[in-house]
Amino acid sequence: MDFRDTPQEAAFRDEVRTWLSEHLLGEFAALGPGGGPADESGWETRIEWERELGRDGWVGMAWPRRYGGRDSGIVEQVIFNEEYAKAGAPARASFFGEGLFAPTLIAYGTEEQKQRFLPKIQAADELWCQGYSEPNAGSDLSNVQTRGVLDGEEWVINGQKVWTTLAHHADWCFCITRTDPDAPAHKGISYLLVPMDQPGVTVRPLPQMTGTAEFNEVFFDDARTDKSMVLGEVNDGWKVAMATLGFERGTAFLSQQLGFQRELADLIELAGTNGVAGDAVMRQRLADSYAGVQIMKYNGLRMLTSLASTGVLGPEASIGKLFWSTWHRDFGELAMDVLGPAAGLTPGVPGGDYELDDLQTTFMFSRSETIYAGSSEIQRNIIGERVLGLPREPRLQAEKESTQ
Amino acid sequence: MNFAFSEEQDELRQTVRRFLEAKSPSAEVRRLMETTEGYDEAVWKQMGQELGLQSIHIPEAYGGQGYTFVELGIVLEEMGRVLLCAPYFSTVALAADAILNVGTEAQKAELLAGIASGETKAALAFTEPNGRWDAAGITLEAKPDGDGFVLDGTKHYVIDGHTADLVVVVARTPGSSGSDGIGFFTVSGDADGLTRTPLATMDQTRKQAKLELVGVRATALGEPGAGGPALSKTLDQAAVALANEMVGGGQRVLDMSVEYAKDRVQFGRPIGSFQAIKHKCADMLLEVESAKSAAYYSAWAAAEDDDELPVVASLAKAYCSDAYFHATAENIQIHGGIGFTWEHDAHLYFKRAKSSEILLGDATYHRELLAQRIGI
Repeated sequence: MDFRDTPQEAAFRDEVRTWLSEHLLGEFAALGPGGGPADESGWETRIEWERELGRDGWVGMAWPRRYGGRDSGIVEQVIFNEEYAKAGAPARASFFGEGLFAPTLIAYGTEEQKQRFLPKIQAADELWCQGYSEPNAGSDLSNVQTRGVLDGEEWVINGQKVWTTLAHHADWCFCITRTDPDAPAHKGISYLLVPMDQPGVTVRPLPQMTGTAEFNEVFFDDARTDKSMVLGEVNDGWKVAMATLGFERGTAFLSQQLGFQRELADLIELAGTNGVAGDAVMRQRLADSYAGVQIMKYNGLRMLTSLASTGVLGPEASIGKLFWSTWHRDFGELAMDVLGPAAGLTPGVPGGDYELDDLQTTFMFSRSETIYAGSSEIQRNIIGERVLGLPREPRLQAEKESTQ
Repeated sequence: MNFAFSEEQDELRQTVRRFLEAKSPSAEVRRLMETTEGYDEAVWKQMGQELGLQSIHIPEAYGGQGYTFVELGIVLEEMGRVLLCAPYFSTVALAADAILNVGTEAQKAELLAGIASGETKAALAFTEPNGRWDAAGITLEAKPDGDGFVLDGTKHYVIDGHTADLVVVVARTPGSSGSDGIGFFTVSGDADGLTRTPLATMDQTRKQAKLELVGVRATALGEPGAGGPALSKTLDQAAVALANEMVGGGQRVLDMSVEYAKDRVQFGRPIGSFQAIKHKCADMLLEVESAKSAAYYSAWAAAEDDDELPVVASLAKAYCSDAYFHATAENIQIHGGIGFTWEHDAHLYFKRAKSSEILLGDATYHRELLAQRIGI
């Protein structure tokens, strides 16, 4: 047990720091650290910044060298993220491509697919979105109804996806599609890669309670993609889809903790300025929030150590998503109470667009975080069943027959 | 960067676990908790002489094994897991640390050798009838008298105070207040003028005593009057130690709950298949694992005597207190009626969790300390 850098780790940290100090300048530095994966402020500049990172191999740093990566281990990724956050660098625009799709592609893709897609992700020339949820397939994802039918050399796709984050910026969608309607729910699904810029794809923004629309509905009407654009085996896409969710619940969110730390530091400063920090109950809540964000870090470090040494995530990994989303939701509520009456007023003008400041955005956006990427209830089922070994909920007879 | 126990540390855990499972099964805990002394002399001797547990984190120069707070944390976690009835926390986590923090070289050599060998049972008497856990709550005065001091006053809620051979008393210089004028003094358990009264405790597995001192002659440990920072450090180290003890009990009640939820059938299904129970267990896991992360990290900070220690000590004490109590309460609920019986061990953990939460200051107290320590 030792939380200090080894000499190699310290040298790597220096390298990251130096790179950031030489590149995070001008309009990139002016962006400032932003929100989570759905934040789209300063989008064009952030894409440019992503290219800057990609040129020197900081996008896809964990990828093998032959795909332009640095073969970085988990600890190096953590160090990079720590320094990145400390430098106040912009929120990453490539979360879905680099964070979710690329690791899945490396695990399940063909050599040709990797050569085709990884360089474009690294160069921020192609952005990705995740075609998972549908109106009738939320927590019960295996109920996806979007159809994929092979027509000669092409898949033809029909159906609807929903809650598709940043689909309006995406060039490609990794999309789970029912390709064998007669097979049991989990066995007739394929993981298709679909280009977004085509007549058969319609992206419609889905305005949220925040007044913004980072989420979208995506409609496929005879959309097409090449026969080769399937990741893993045809009808065996469930496994691939679950691997992506594993990345989403696991390492992809690690760097978030640092953003949360920064948000809390700002809130504590605000509470000091507006006098709220003198209130005994508010002091309790702020201290509790601090304890939570620190424990998130300790949990993350334990998880990483176990991942680095055994290649297997320990039980603390499964609690990560439930922990951070609950913490951030509570933080949002606390932030409103620290703001006091000011929380009730928005930066907009009467009768104008519905606008929110950063804390109000967090307060509202965090309600989505306990829902997406597996709701808190689904996380508790996963912990209960896969970590603690508790029996599954008995299923309805009809459902049993369909999955047998 | 590495947040894992070493192989040697894992072996230590296994050794301690085997010993404690043999020496401190439920029946033995129940036998000892009904005694006034609250421990078994033979087991205490074995712990000291065969396993060297009392000497685990005492430096080699003073007759110890020279391990760190991380190893002490492992030992305490295992003790918390089985609710070991022994004056270990009082002797090793409170008194020995106080001596290490303030004693002169000669005093450390003399006093710690006895603790390390298992010969000496020791207690730290700092709380008073006012029930405060900080220096400002100390009113007992130490008056200079010849080449020593004379102590007058009452200490209360003293863990294992009635069985200690050596009592380290925290007192203050007459006329001082707050954390000024704090001093540590040693008094023999059978000193003239010292009246020790065992107290009936809600958590019978951890004993407490009231100590009344009337003109008790005492020796100063280190420099009297300048002990404020040492008291604060000792209490931080003890909070870390207690956090580690608590996570042992937390994991044990989680195991009990999960096992029962798998076995107990109602409405034709194991109750653990109901989300109402499954989600309780999932939340317990989240809190117990998070408590472990906090406790282990704080043990590392204590081992390194890191600047972060005051912050992480209060953080760990606050979080682990809440997590342990919540886990023991849910454990009773999940067990239903059987969990409310005297026969089932659920209440022993529930009571230990509450007494541990209160000891050294509850979660509210430590969250306020944490707020102060991070500059809120």
